[in-house]
Amino acid sequence: MQRILKAAIAALWFMLLTLPVLGIKLNVAAKSVIWRFDRILALGAGIFVLALIWDWCFTRKAAGIKIVTLPAGFNLAEIIEAFRNRRGLRLGGLALLAVVLLGMPMVSSFYQTNIMISALLYVMLALGLNIVVGLAGQLVLGYVAFYAIGAYTYGLLNQYFGLGFWACLPIGGFLTVLFGLGLGFPVLRLRGDYLAIVTLGFGEIVRLTLQNWNSVTGGPRGVSDIPRPGFFGMSMDITASTTYIYYLVLAAVIITIVVITRLKNSRVGLALQALREDEIACEAMGVDITRVKLSAFALGSCWAGFAGVIFAAKTTYINPSSFTFMESAMILSMVVLGGMGSIAGVVIAALILILAPEYLRAFSDYRMLLFGAIMVIMMLFRPQGLISGERRRYRIGALHGAEGGRS
Amino acid sequence: MDIQFFIELFFGGLTRGSIYALIALGYTLVYGIIGLINFAHGEVYMLGAFTALLIAGALGVYGLPAGGILIVAALAAIVWCSAYGYTLEKVAYKPLRGAPRLSPLISAIGMSIFLQNYVLLAQTSDFVPFPNLLPEMDFLEHIDYVMGASDFLILMVSTIAMVLLSVFIRYTRMGKAMRATAQNRKMALLLGINADRIISLTFIVGSSLAALGGVLIASHMGQVNFGIGFLAGLKAFTAAVLGGIGSIPGAMVGGLVLGLAESFTTGYFSGNYEDMLAFGILILILIFRPDGILGKATVQKV
Repeated sequence: MQRILKAAIAALWFMLLTLPVLGIKLNVAAKSVIWRFDRILALGAGIFVLALIWDWCFTRKAAGIKIVTLPAGFNLAEIIEAFRNRRGLRLGGLALLAVVLLGMPMVSSFYQTNIMISALLYVMLALGLNIVVGLAGQLVLGYVAFYAIGAYTYGLLNQYFGLGFWACLPIGGFLTVLFGLGLGFPVLRLRGDYLAIVTLGFGEIVRLTLQNWNSVTGGPRGVSDIPRPGFFGMSMDITASTTYIYYLVLAAVIITIVVITRLKNSRVGLALQALREDEIACEAMGVDITRVKLSAFALGSCWAGFAGVIFAAKTTYINPSSFTFMESAMILSMVVLGGMGSIAGVVIAALILILAPEYLRAFSDYRMLLFGAIMVIMMLFRPQGLISGERRRYRIGALHGAEGGRS
Repeated sequence: MDIQFFIELFFGGLTRGSIYALIALGYTLVYGIIGLINFAHGEVYMLGAFTALLIAGALGVYGLPAGGILIVAALAAIVWCSAYGYTLEKVAYKPLRGAPRLSPLISAIGMSIFLQNYVLLAQTSDFVPFPNLLPEMDFLEHIDYVMGASDFLILMVSTIAMVLLSVFIRYTRMGKAMRATAQNRKMALLLGINADRIISLTFIVGSSLAALGGVLIASHMGQVNFGIGFLAGLKAFTAAVLGGIGSIPGAMVGGLVLGLAESFTTGYFSGNYEDMLAFGILILILIFRPDGILGKATVQKV
């Protein structure tokens, strides 16, 4: 009963709170006011239900009970565990996934292939950011700047020097690494929240430079007529070349996943995770913080560079408005939703967040609203993300040379 | 050098700087108490501008005199923004107290995006004209090339607000409690200060200042948009850091310095790089002198 009362008070409070912005609509031309009380009432009802759920979630969280208990036959953790441990199941799953992904452009329309390409590009970006934010724990808010640098590398080198896609792909990656290091050096000393703000400033400076440096970057108009990637000089129509780009991105994503998986368990990867857990302890253990931080920036930024080059080739037209802070925030929310440090989680989250609004048209307006809400809700109830990043654990037996090893 | 042009730029910078200072105070107060960059503070400023616009519009339709409308609208903006700030803290930050440092920051970024899109969806994505409600000020006639009615209003109101805030922090019981909480929250708790209430109060005070800034800038610029909070918030944060975050006089000085710097750059060089200047200053300050102009020794927390 008390809960219902609390929820009712919350509903009333939010109805009052949203009264001006949600409830008043001005018609400047006709000089009239439209009061939208229906919306306020609907919101109140929504908040009432939400407040009950909210309260319920917090009681469960406080009591240490899982918020969502899956039915007995469907235990997500067990399924994941099974995939991790049973080789046959894993290979089977991968084969099925491969068939679906490879066959996709044959059955889907041109439009759907295009959506899939951009979803895969975001997967790449999210995985790259996952290295910096998820593994190394350095909150970078200007990640999209590296994406922009990659895209403009291809656009501008092509415009001024006529370089092709395949020449620009490594150059773009290399340049973004340079920029990553250039950003990394001065910010080495900064703590979490200051780092976030400085990188945000960096992202905005890159965007504003692209926007204002008219003579070189074309200003707000951007760069147009960027050629699509060639395939040994074959001429392709737009559908064929889209399919080609699809496979290219798919290959790039697979390479990214393989490299990052390997990286995670390497010396550098472990150092990154140690840095995330505790900077001082990490340094005390003899890890060179400077080198580790710089490698985090370099490793994280290069994927954005590659993704940027591919993006420029896909859209054939780039301008600064594609690289706003909102993009960085979107990529960040993918990492947050998926689970910081978790590769599978980030891939799934990126696909959900890009594909769901495309196919559920009714939601597409609410996309950014949802992204913001997801970031808050995940932090409150499940900070480790959908699939929490697995930690490498050792069994005592492994140390004695017995079977087992990693678990 | 053209002295008149210089004076013009100087007052332009002062006006702009006062607004930055008003918003920067909100950042500094919150940072001083809970050590969090309240990323959504810029959005509260934007909400203030919008609330004032909508209330003023509604009152205008029902035919009230212009001067009265401005005051009512400003008061409404302050009340509602305080409520927004209070709710923001309760929903997005309070449950995360004691969580790892990055969690509340990510939550704050999420809130910022959420609030922007809330206004976008509830109202419009276009720039909305803000009604001109300022009374004629005849005594400004001779200097109207440096100072219009809105500039005068901004300077007056922000000065009064800052003086009031300083008095509040320095001499009232609640102000003392705020300073104590900022210095050492545990100790303050032991002395019987309700820290939760003080934190809420900090958000309310910061949000009302931001709302005031929003109303002033809306009547100065004459238009409002859902996105104005992002850039203004960042610049105000720059101002807060410039003056030394956590320090109240620092935020005021930082705001004025940033405003003047922007105004002179725009006037003598080019307006294209105005926004970049703020970010450049922010990065340089954070790297070379993270304690800001007023330095660590003189930092007076909240």
